[in-house]
Amino acid sequence: MTPPSDYAIEVENLTKRFGDKVVVDHLSMQVRKGEIYGFLGPNGSGKTTSIRMMCGLLTPDGGSGQTLGLDIFLQAAQIKREVGYMTQRFGLYSDLTIRENLDFVARVYAMDQRKQRIDAALERLGLTARQKQLAGSLSGGWKQRLALAAALLHQPKLLLLDEPTAGVDPQARRDFWEQIHQLAAAGITILVSTHYMDEAERCHRLSYIAYGRLLATGTPQELIEHSGLHTWTVSGAAMAELSKQLLALPAVDMHTQFGNSLHISGKDPQALSQALQPFQANNPNYQWSEGQPSLEDVFIYLMQQATDNFQPTGKA
Amino acid sequence: MSWQRLWAMMLKEFLQLRRDRLTFAMMVGIPIMQLLLFGYAINTDPKHLNTVLVVYDQGSLTRNLVQALQNSGYFQIVNNDANAQVAAEMLAKGETQFVLTIPANFERDLIRNDYPSLLLEADAADPAATGNAIASLPQLVQSALRHDLTGPLSYLATPANHFELKIHRLYNPEGITQYNIVPGLMGVILTMTMIMMTALGITREVEQGTMENLLATPIKPLEVMIGKIAPYILIGYVQVAVTLSMAKLLFNVPFIGSFWLLLLSVMVFIFANLTIGITISSSVRNQTQAMQMSFFFLLPSILLSGFMFPFQGMPRWAQIIGEILPNTHFLRLVRGIMLKGNGWHEAWPHLLPLSIFILVVMFIGMKKFRKTLD
Repeated sequence: MTPPSDYAIEVENLTKRFGDKVVVDHLSMQVRKGEIYGFLGPNGSGKTTSIRMMCGLLTPDGGSGQTLGLDIFLQAAQIKREVGYMTQRFGLYSDLTIRENLDFVARVYAMDQRKQRIDAALERLGLTARQKQLAGSLSGGWKQRLALAAALLHQPKLLLLDEPTAGVDPQARRDFWEQIHQLAAAGITILVSTHYMDEAERCHRLSYIAYGRLLATGTPQELIEHSGLHTWTVSGAAMAELSKQLLALPAVDMHTQFGNSLHISGKDPQALSQALQPFQANNPNYQWSEGQPSLEDVFIYLMQQATDNFQPTGKA
Repeated sequence: MSWQRLWAMMLKEFLQLRRDRLTFAMMVGIPIMQLLLFGYAINTDPKHLNTVLVVYDQGSLTRNLVQALQNSGYFQIVNNDANAQVAAEMLAKGETQFVLTIPANFERDLIRNDYPSLLLEADAADPAATGNAIASLPQLVQSALRHDLTGPLSYLATPANHFELKIHRLYNPEGITQYNIVPGLMGVILTMTMIMMTALGITREVEQGTMENLLATPIKPLEVMIGKIAPYILIGYVQVAVTLSMAKLLFNVPFIGSFWLLLLSVMVFIFANLTIGITISSSVRNQTQAMQMSFFFLLPSILLSGFMFPFQGMPRWAQIIGEILPNTHFLRLVRGIMLKGNGWHEAWPHLLPLSIFILVVMFIGMKKFRKTLD
């Protein structure tokens, strides 16, 4: 019996290969009980594969780990019973009704009092009146809510959400995150992978992975502070010409273009200030302000570093 | 293995099946359509074949001969006085299958014991079409002439053989094609629907992403598999029931053997096809490929199993392929049980290879299936 841990998920050097391609490369991370943990990274960075290993769906090729105190190598079947997993694609049956889908899930988990539980779930969802509607006829937002309800039906202690809000409208996304926070407040641990920066900011802690490796981890504020980036924001009209000139400067490590403003970031604050000095002096048309990089700046920067360091076509 | 989860899976499959009306209709409709189409259409013993006569000797012997040809049922005279050129042209155009030339002075030469020749030209491009008619002809001519060659001419009618050859056509004395085709269709129908339904069913789950969701629940791969295919076993039996009732009511196909032995054979055969379906589903990426693979398997099951063409007529290598196919053994089982009244003793040599087939293919299928999950 393993001693009770503060972590809902704890993995060390987790590795998975598909053929000769290393999809997850010595990933180590911990998710604390009761927190909302964001899992970020570009497409194909190994997020889904990592999640699938953590919920007992895939057997890792190397490393070790536990989910809810259960060994991910040996106790996959038990993990599946304790964990709620919401797949990236809608994983319920479009040709079954809402109620039939929930009933199927309830039967698979061998739940007692099926009828009451499903009635309650439908009530919570606000779908009682539409329970006989085919799941396939629901809109994206409703499908996602139904999938979440299905994943929660067996009252898991840990919820794994793989890009839950892809293709969902902003209002539905807001509602969804509202619900995530309620669940976390009720003591459920949540690991959620996402592309959206505004969602990343709603997490308690984050990990950023690329090419199967963990690049950074911490609270959103920690990530920004530890990035070592200094950022200037410049705004005004006719940014295109200015941006071209600024990018040519060696002190500028990266930039992010917005509609009427530009984020200019660099590792060395002094070099950056000096380099920007002539532009600030000569152009009264532009407003300059010094500040912190946004989370997006940090991730793009991390991504660029990663590209330089271990892209397969690079030095390797 | 949990019965509860298995039942959940089967219940879900039935619900989906019930909602997919077209598929459901197809599964009952296909046997009916195929039985009606092929049962009535296929005839391996064609009668009333067009025949043209080129007659250079109009006599009573000739008249009797022509009468006998017509009475046999094989020959239908479409032109009883064509010239050689017209007859050849009709043969080339496919307007007639036979041209029978009765030479000048046939009757006279016969009586003189001069051994005159009758010439039958047949369109043998399709050997099966004309084979039986040609085979019947020598006997036919002999008996036709025997009527006239009486009295002083009787010496001409003496049969050349000094023994009698007795032929017993067993199991299907009248050579009724349906007796052979209709039981055979049961094998073809089951092969088609069982393989396709399982291959498509499992591939659909993977393609639509529901399989990943399923496997993240406590349900086990084996439970998914069994739960998915179990409803099809039931459907297979519905198809068998439809086929058997139509065989009885429409085609009057005899059923001499044990009904229970047939049901057992059907069970083994359905399992064999389901294992193929599973193997196909685990080696393809989408439903289109699953469909193509199913047809790839279906064609030899029709052509090399002895359903369409005599198994014994195939070269050795084709027979070896045929022996591997489940349909070959099932056809022998179902024809044997229905027409010959075969029992356990005759059935097990075919049940055994089917069982071996199931074990081997199941092993491959499960191995591949597990791999696709990773």
